[in-house]
Amino acid sequence: MRFALLTALLLILLGGLLHIAAGLPFGNPPVTDMDDYFIRHGQEQTGANNIVTSVVFDYRAFDTLGEATVLFTAVLGVGMMFRKLKPGEEYEND
Amino acid sequence: MKMTKIVRSTANTFAPFCLIFGLYVVVHGHLSPGGGFQGGAVMATGAALLLVAHSYQDIISLIRQNTMKLCETIGLLMFITAGLSALTTGGAFLRNWMAHNGGAFATPVAFGANPGVLASAGLIPILNIAVGIEVLGGLTVILLYMLSGVKEQEL
Repeated sequence: MRFALLTALLLILLGGLLHIAAGLPFGNPPVTDMDDYFIRHGQEQTGANNIVTSVVFDYRAFDTLGEATVLFTAVLGVGMMFRKLKPGEEYEND
Repeated sequence: MKMTKIVRSTANTFAPFCLIFGLYVVVHGHLSPGGGFQGGAVMATGAALLLVAHSYQDIISLIRQNTMKLCETIGLLMFITAGLSALTTGGAFLRNWMAHNGGAFATPVAFGANPGVLASAGLIPILNIAVGIEVLGGLTVILLYMLSGVKEQEL
């Protein structure tokens, strides 16, 4: 009984969400000068055929440096969490 | 914990192909979809395959923690050094100075759809390789840290 009620509730929720999503406008992104510039000058200026890579590693390379630093810091955090205990050190349970 | 012989043999067979495919994605980052982050993740998947199939004690001699830490650090330092090298030519930090100086990675590329040349795009392949090394080292180190805490038990 509870399972059936829960399933019906979920189905109604799903239907409502799909109804809302079906009414959203989709597929008409505004055209900007930036896209045209990258597509027309990207290959000539960077020599890379992959426009995405030329944006990520050339026009916005400083952002990628930040991304690499974030990964480095994340690994550092995991290393601190999984470190070996010093002799005589106890786990903190609080 | 060791898995069965079937799983271990499959992992041994597929891990080198994983590494080669990851290397391909990294090196061709400026020509085809992919790049440093994606290719590094594929290479780390090859290491993860070996780690999961074999026991931690058996694989620690092949995939060393210190080597992977070194990989990660070298990748990030290589990225920063490549960025700083642009300053010596009078450009801004991370400027793509190698693309047009007629040197090693400076093959000009025609406009439009074409297969492209591997030795083009200047600084981009170097940055791709740096990020690939860093992601390989970082993800493998995370896996090694997590597996080192698992208690070994024989089935």
